[in-house]
Amino acid sequence: MATTNGALENGQPDRKSPALPRPVRNLEVKFTKIFINNEWNESKSGKKFATYNPSTLEKICEVEEGDKPDVDKAVEAAQAAFQRGSAWRRLDALSRGRLLHQLADLMERDRAILATLETMDTGKPFLHAFFIDLEGCIKTLRYFAGWADKIQGRTIPTDDNVVCFTRHEPIGVCGAITPWNFPLLMLVWKLAPALCCGNTVVVKPAEQTPLTALYLGSLIKEVGFPPGVVNIVPGFGPTVGAAISSHPQINKIAFTGSTEVGKLVKEAASRSNLKRVTLELGGKNPCIVCADADLDLAVECAHQGVFFNQGQCCTAASRVFVEEQVYGEFVRRSVEYAKKRPVGDPFDVRTEQGPQIDQKQFDKILDLIESGKKEGARLECGGSALEDGGLFIKPTVFSEVTDSMRIAKEEIFGPVQPILKFKNIEEVIKRANSLEYGLTAAVFTKNLDKALKLASALESGTVWINCYNAIYAQAPFGGFKMSGNGRELGEYALAEYTEVKTVTIKLDDKNP
Amino acid sequence: MSSNMQEVPAPLTNLKFQYTKIFINNEWHNSVSGKKFPVFNPATEEKLCEVEEGDKEDVDKAVKAAREAFQIGSPWRTMDASERGRLLYKLADLIERDRLLLATMESINSGKLFPNAYRMDLGNSINILRYCAGWADKIQGRTIPSDGNVFTYTRSEPIGVCGQIIPWNFPLVLLISKIGSALSCGNTVVVKPAEQTPLTALHVASLIKEVGFPPGVVNIVPGYGPTAGAAISSHMDIDKVAFTGSTQVGKVIKEAAGKSNLKRVTLELGGKSPCIVFADADLDNAIEFAHRGVFYHQGQCCIAASRLFVEESIYDEFVRRSVERAKKYVLGNPLTPGVSQGPQINKEQYEKILDLIESGKKEGAKLECGGGPWGNKGYFIQPTVFSNVTDEMRIAKEEIFGPVQQIMKFKSLDDVIKRANNTFYGLAAGVFTKDLDKAITVSNALQAGVVWVNCYSMLPTQCPFGGFKMSGNGRELGEYGLHEYTEIKTVTVKISQKNS
Repeated sequence: MATTNGALENGQPDRKSPALPRPVRNLEVKFTKIFINNEWNESKSGKKFATYNPSTLEKICEVEEGDKPDVDKAVEAAQAAFQRGSAWRRLDALSRGRLLHQLADLMERDRAILATLETMDTGKPFLHAFFIDLEGCIKTLRYFAGWADKIQGRTIPTDDNVVCFTRHEPIGVCGAITPWNFPLLMLVWKLAPALCCGNTVVVKPAEQTPLTALYLGSLIKEVGFPPGVVNIVPGFGPTVGAAISSHPQINKIAFTGSTEVGKLVKEAASRSNLKRVTLELGGKNPCIVCADADLDLAVECAHQGVFFNQGQCCTAASRVFVEEQVYGEFVRRSVEYAKKRPVGDPFDVRTEQGPQIDQKQFDKILDLIESGKKEGARLECGGSALEDGGLFIKPTVFSEVTDSMRIAKEEIFGPVQPILKFKNIEEVIKRANSLEYGLTAAVFTKNLDKALKLASALESGTVWINCYNAIYAQAPFGGFKMSGNGRELGEYALAEYTEVKTVTIKLDDKNP
Repeated sequence: MSSNMQEVPAPLTNLKFQYTKIFINNEWHNSVSGKKFPVFNPATEEKLCEVEEGDKEDVDKAVKAAREAFQIGSPWRTMDASERGRLLYKLADLIERDRLLLATMESINSGKLFPNAYRMDLGNSINILRYCAGWADKIQGRTIPSDGNVFTYTRSEPIGVCGQIIPWNFPLVLLISKIGSALSCGNTVVVKPAEQTPLTALHVASLIKEVGFPPGVVNIVPGYGPTAGAAISSHMDIDKVAFTGSTQVGKVIKEAAGKSNLKRVTLELGGKSPCIVFADADLDNAIEFAHRGVFYHQGQCCIAASRLFVEESIYDEFVRRSVERAKKYVLGNPLTPGVSQGPQINKEQYEKILDLIESGKKEGAKLECGGGPWGNKGYFIQPTVFSNVTDEMRIAKEEIFGPVQQIMKFKSLDDVIKRANNTFYGLAAGVFTKDLDKAITVSNALQAGVVWVNCYSMLPTQCPFGGFKMSGNGRELGEYGLHEYTEIKTVTVKISQKNS
């Protein structure tokens, strides 16, 4: 991922690097309730659930557990805030943008707190949370803040003696169900365009990682968004998630998570009220390394591409196709990288890899690793959990992987790099496209024609050429096929959060 | 008009004019010639200070700096577009920080009422910058399904070095509107503020440096039209010129642009904007908007509603109430609380307006109120209303740029549209009616770049602004404004096989 703001690359004076940011010691978790109408509520049922620190396996705190009645209450608040004549509906678009900018400013102010909370709740390295997750959040908010007063309908030259124009209206109450791998960032990816376009929102953060979403609730209140514009209901998928997907008064739902659950969400949306649906789901993303590639660059990008965030990325480069001629060298260098990858306490500045999110994921990954061994892939390094126990898994590399193996077909979501061999371009295109997934793809080559050919042939929503995880607020992101529906980020995201109304006014025929 | 209700603090006393030099490469320079020129307070006729007087040699220096800052590989060209937007946003924050200082300075130098300067000029400047900041990383080219085995895309590149000539009626807002758009698209600029009103531009220059724009991105050369302005219009290394001012000077600039290097030209010029009031209009609403439409800022607005067509059946009532409204002014120093009309900008304008007022009297219009100068110091003119004005009179044809309202009578819709369009100008127009069909039909028929229905002078930052016919070329602000500051490059790459 482009981790810096490009200061050096942008030709600005070569300043000494500032001291590394520090996590907040003994952080008190202040926000653990359900956030509705800018107020903190207990659950209707009285139930709470625990959230854990995957590095230490200790309970961090308990959070109010929402269910259908809490979702109903949140939707009521969101609907009221969306009424014609409400403060939110009457606000100048420019002012909506201003609120988003100010929210970005507050996130910047509390950057260390948010990064600390995110690290506690997810196990991701603190410096990654600070420089990548939080950077993405702030930039995305500022990007969409700028769009608010630029969402323009058209006047249209139709036939007949009429005046015809379109309004790009907000859809209404939008549900957002966010995952545990980038809790805050994935939430901002939805909130920013939703609010920019004038919608109101009901959010369910992942049950494994509710804390940063709730802290964001406090900032939303502090900035001054009108009550009911953003509501946050922590809880579980089968209860809160299902209630949102089938709610008859929610007009649109955005979900990021597994393809399996994505299908359920879309089904529920259709069965209830045909609410509009956008989905960001899984991937089994091909990384194609041609013989003429800059090999060092390809090795490093492929490595970061699969191991970043403990392998828990929808964009994970989990099928590395390497052209025959450079295969051996590529494997050798990749193993070197994997062996050096520092695994440990996410608050240690040297750590690049923390624990997996929970026991369920941990078990699933180890099961897939075993399948790799059983099905005949060659284990180059890693292949098991760390000896000290906990949810840490050694960075694992498999070579001699073939397309029919489970590790070449199923999303692993762990620190496991399968490397496959290919002979020619037409062959690798077919193999890369052979799965039902289609989120991202990467190509490493210096040849212009090859790059353009692959970019156009690969069935993926994003194609990276000579880079990886290059994700920007300005560029749309989303999947082909079963990796998703619709796009997030960029101008394209606006279409997912607006409803177009065509107005046609007949003029008197006596005044042509 | 949304910031109307905002509390206005007292203007600063003992304002110091700290920045009076030429601004190039983020540094302050004396003029090459050594000359300076005086800057005045039009309410008191007193000299405020002296400012370095730029001429051709200073413009050359500025262009050189702007060209350097625009080179491929420069900090400005390699900067992330979002970072350009960030810098513009921070400039807005600094202008907000210095709001009181800038409003006081603008009021003293241009004669505009302090509460208007604080609320409107400063409010709009801040909003415009934030609006333009938001566009920076959203200026998108296209990939295009062209014929053949090719891959085609367009880049929306900055044009290059842009010369910008700013007038004296809204010195700060129009400076911001021009640099906001230009910088958002990645250009570098050489600005010549009006010689009457250079001070707020120079303060903004200090903020440009403070925010951290790379040197050479913004350069400001105060000076006169025939020298610095002409040097910009004919410069062989300026890629585009943007001018706001009179139609007469606009023609000179476009000619010079053609004669030199075909630099791109956008012009915001004069107007003689019609306001049409139908008998079914909300009369109170129409009277107030029509009134403010012509009297705001002492009539010194390009959009001034200086031809008021009122339907016959309501004409007398409309005139009576408009006159009542025009008599409510308190003239005086624009800094003083309670004053509702300030001075004209200078002697030249003052005399021109009085001359046109005399012509009104001579040519047979009925003088309802006002009609002459006011006070014994400063360039003050009484708010003046003429009724029974006919289309042939000078006051119905020429841009007055003063506090003078012309009220004319009309009978039929088709006729008033013809009369409204019967001018070389075409900047703005107003239509007052409750009837849906009439509102749409009339707005569609008017040859004006901005048409207001049941209101006037509402210029939100999100909307494009500019003139038909001789009121200008091109549009400022809104998404359309971006086109004027980008140059499209089409790139076509041969590939071995194209697939849709």
